[in-house]
Amino acid sequence: MALRERLQELHDRGLADIKKGDSLDRINEIRVQLLGKKGPITQALRGLRDVSAEERPKIGSFANQIRDELTAAIEERNQELKKAAINAKLASETLDVTLPGTPVAQGQPHVIQRIIDQLEDMFLGMGYQVVDGPEVEDDHHNFEMMNLPKDHPARDMQDTFYITPEILMRTHTSPNQARAMEAHDFSKGPLKMISPGRVYRRDTDDATHSHQFHQVEGLVIDKHVTMADLKGTLEMVAANLFGDEFDVRLRPSYFPFTEPSVEADITCFNCMGKGCAVCKNTGWIEVLGAGMVHPNVLKMAGVDSSVYGGFAFGLGPDRFAMLKYGVDDIRNFYLNDTRFLTQFYKRG
Amino acid sequence: MKVSMDWLNEYLTLDVDPQTLGEKIERTAVEVDQVYKMSDGMSKLVVGETLSVEPHPDSDHLHICQVDVGEDEPLQIVCGAPNVATGQKVIVALPGAWIAGHHKIKKSKMRGVASNGMLCALQEIGFDEKIAPKAYDEGIYILPADSENGSSVFPILGMDDDIVETDLTPNRGDMNSMNGTAWEVGAIYGKTPKMPTFSLNEDGSRKVSDLLQFSVDAALAPTYKMRVVSGVTIQDSPLWLQKRLWEAGMRPINNIVDVTNYIMLTYGQPLHAFDYDKLSSHHIHVRLADAGEHLTTLDGENRTLRDSDMVIADDKHAIAIAGTMGGLDTEIDDNTTTIAIESAIFDPIKIRKTARFFNLHSEASMRFERGVNKDDNQNALDHAAALMAELGLGQTEQGTGVGSDTPVEPAKVSVTLTRINHVLGTQLTVDQVQNIFDHLNFPTDNDGETFNVTVPARRWDIHIEADLFEEVARLYGYDNIPSTLPYGTMTPGALTFKQRIIRDSRRLLEGAGLNQAISYALTTTAKAEQFMMRDSEPTELAFPMSTDHTTARMNLISGLLDDIAYNVARKQKNVALYEQGRVFYRDGDAIRPLEVEHIAGAVTGALTKKTWHAEADTVDFYGIKGIVDLFLHDMGLSKPVHYEATQAHAQMHPGRTADIYVGDQAVGFVGQVHPEIASDYKIPDTYVFELNLQALIDAPHDQQQYEPISKFPDVTRDIAILVDQSVTNADVVALINKRGGAHLADVQLFDVYEGVHLPTGKKSLAYTLTYRDRQATLVEADVTKAFDKVTAALEKEFDAEIR
Repeated sequence: MALRERLQELHDRGLADIKKGDSLDRINEIRVQLLGKKGPITQALRGLRDVSAEERPKIGSFANQIRDELTAAIEERNQELKKAAINAKLASETLDVTLPGTPVAQGQPHVIQRIIDQLEDMFLGMGYQVVDGPEVEDDHHNFEMMNLPKDHPARDMQDTFYITPEILMRTHTSPNQARAMEAHDFSKGPLKMISPGRVYRRDTDDATHSHQFHQVEGLVIDKHVTMADLKGTLEMVAANLFGDEFDVRLRPSYFPFTEPSVEADITCFNCMGKGCAVCKNTGWIEVLGAGMVHPNVLKMAGVDSSVYGGFAFGLGPDRFAMLKYGVDDIRNFYLNDTRFLTQFYKRG
Repeated sequence: MKVSMDWLNEYLTLDVDPQTLGEKIERTAVEVDQVYKMSDGMSKLVVGETLSVEPHPDSDHLHICQVDVGEDEPLQIVCGAPNVATGQKVIVALPGAWIAGHHKIKKSKMRGVASNGMLCALQEIGFDEKIAPKAYDEGIYILPADSENGSSVFPILGMDDDIVETDLTPNRGDMNSMNGTAWEVGAIYGKTPKMPTFSLNEDGSRKVSDLLQFSVDAALAPTYKMRVVSGVTIQDSPLWLQKRLWEAGMRPINNIVDVTNYIMLTYGQPLHAFDYDKLSSHHIHVRLADAGEHLTTLDGENRTLRDSDMVIADDKHAIAIAGTMGGLDTEIDDNTTTIAIESAIFDPIKIRKTARFFNLHSEASMRFERGVNKDDNQNALDHAAALMAELGLGQTEQGTGVGSDTPVEPAKVSVTLTRINHVLGTQLTVDQVQNIFDHLNFPTDNDGETFNVTVPARRWDIHIEADLFEEVARLYGYDNIPSTLPYGTMTPGALTFKQRIIRDSRRLLEGAGLNQAISYALTTTAKAEQFMMRDSEPTELAFPMSTDHTTARMNLISGLLDDIAYNVARKQKNVALYEQGRVFYRDGDAIRPLEVEHIAGAVTGALTKKTWHAEADTVDFYGIKGIVDLFLHDMGLSKPVHYEATQAHAQMHPGRTADIYVGDQAVGFVGQVHPEIASDYKIPDTYVFELNLQALIDAPHDQQQYEPISKFPDVTRDIAILVDQSVTNADVVALINKRGGAHLADVQLFDVYEGVHLPTGKKSLAYTLTYRDRQATLVEADVTKAFDKVTAALEKEFDAEIR
């Protein structure tokens, strides 16, 4: 057989073998066998010596072409087999992606804390400071400076845990108004503060009463702060906490430390104002008390009420949380059942 | 106050439905509890006439009645009331009627006899026991003889009247009367109410000044007056008067007592009627009681008075607790003929204290506490005398006996238009403001800027400028006030360093898997004193409400253990909580405690449960310590943190507790709750920590500075040593650090082994030492040299065997 025919046959047989080769080892074997130094193509090329001088370059070139084609075929087959091997491996690694992930321990803030933080953030954004004061207060700051002298009938509204006749568990966060005003340097600008904290009342704990609860006090004192500013601020609070689809209604009330005094109601979110058991058929839910700071309170804190004035408000995060999330028993907040605590993670 | 619309309409012509009025009052004046009719929820209650009443053959108390209800045929109704008799006008619940308590009346048989309805007592149609006339306590109510058979009983009994029930704030005592309510509603609607009129005819032959003498302490009773009505017949009040009373929630008693209550409802002036003939002397004293003095009050209670209680007395003894409750001895009874009517104003604070002490909060004491209109004091007395004489068929004796009559000057308050608009944020005009004062019936003049307002005595709550702002604001309407936000000098709104640390510390512990708890800060003294980090006296309530909450806590852990116990009792095995809050330390004789911010954690069970894929992350000493490590690391403290074994905490496991130090300052502790304490709390093994957060806030904090990352590779060396059990990890690490050389960057413990394969009393510790040079690649020989020094030191100091 002529050299060219032999080469052609090696080529054809080689390609067929490569195609049949089903493992990387087999392909390597074929490569060594076909293209190795002792392989048939190398051998065949040795026979070039016997070919005529004019045929020699043609056959030589043909032989190189065949070698390149076989090399390429081997490479291609190698890639195919590698790819198949990887695919087979990946297939064998398939997981049930619906099995649950490994849990990561993560705690939640208390629901009342969420409300307080939300209010703090809003008021910080409006340039208020957050201040705190003692939970064990003196009668002077808790009552006297809030325009509640001894024997004032409104003291009956706030049943008090006394420690001594002059020392008590604060019944509201309002004493922080007095403390903030005493400490503030009005020559440096207005006083704008909120003061969240625990307060205590001499109550028997039940679904709607707790001897411990929370308040957030707010106070703005400047040369020109108006009742309209109070109304706008309270509307902001309601919109921030409950959403802006609710109306706010102010109505007259009475607190010894503000004059005028108002209570703020928002549209009942249970019935959207139609009237239901939650709002006692009024369509409104009372959410906070507020007013313009009483001149006596300013005077007692050493603030000139003919120059300065402002508003104050007090709201109850416990009540807000009960209303906002439909919590029906205030004791839930202080018993710390983990099934309760871990509920409050949603954004709305 | 329960305000009858029928009655209010006698003052004002209001073309407004009661719900709207209620809403208007609520937005303008005081809260409205409800707007209702006494007949709400009831139907088919009509007048019937008993044509015949026969005893039931099979009963000793039932009667078979034939009742004319205005139909062609009488209804047969079986009735058990003892007072049923022929010829009575009675309340009939027809078949299908709804009566009180959501009861429906159906045709039925009673002991075999058909009964087609029910004859009703007032209690059965919704009258409270406290307001139904006593005469009808035991039986059905008898209607007036002229009632028309078959007609609804609601108008006859006033049950179809709309009632607006107001809930008054303490400053609006003026609205505790129909007159005051009418003034207020008049102001709201811009109408002038027509005040009640009466004609007093002093037709008695005697002068009150001859009948009564007075010794009144005007400090106790600034006003004290009496009239006398004689020759009266005690009987039931007419129905119109009874209706007024029960609609207002008061019980009709007799014509004299009812008049005092009616006048009180009208004027807000409480009155008291004494039986003149029962007075042991006709000299009336208003004085403080003698301590221990006794008086039997109208309710039959024998009361021991204090020397701060005001009494009305004759020469011999007290006859009434002033303004609170009359005495039994001088009570009006069926044989009374001569009445001494008292119209007084008492010291509100004394009344309040007495009412509170005896728990006698009456309609009268409540009005005295909230203030009485001096301007109407005489009117009320005169009106009462006129009405008693009329209804009791008696005579009013001449003149008024005056024990005291301290004049009250009306308050004169000036306010400018500028101030009003400045404070309210409005742009009201002179006319708008003047109109409001006019509607309130406050005599007011203005010069176009300044309003000089004379406040009538009925509004004793108003005496300063700010009070007038409120009147203007509420009558102008809060709805009409614009909504703005404060403007002026900008102020920074930022948390303080302390507040930021407190917020961050919460986030940190939540990230570590603990849920925020808020426990009760008041606990028992025993629990308050557990887990304390320093000596302190307890801060205890003078009058606690419950034995569980008597003392301000001096630790946070005990509250968390209460929380865990609550969870464990509800089958929650895995509980991880933290709390941030204050503890209350009190030193020696100090009255006020120091309030210190603390933060504490408590974990029982696992932070994460066992799953198909991972073991439970069960917390042990090292688990809770890891949380503390993380927490303290992220506090960024300048001084190093270290832990020392301690047995100083009685409530902690003596072998599993460490005090935590920052530098040489103790800031808290971590460990396992003593198993006996855990058992007291009924909780399983629990690990806790408590830190003095205030100390961490106050401790020096590192400034954050970028630390360049070394360009040269670290070299690590592992070492395992066998040492005595008593040698601690902290000892070893300290020595390695001390002798580690300049390039030692880190020491990490990676294995601890104690067990059978080691000699008794020994343990194996294994560490990775990391060497780092920021300037150059470390030379192997240098590292070996440094490492050998550490090895030698360990051998020398701890007799360690290098493994």
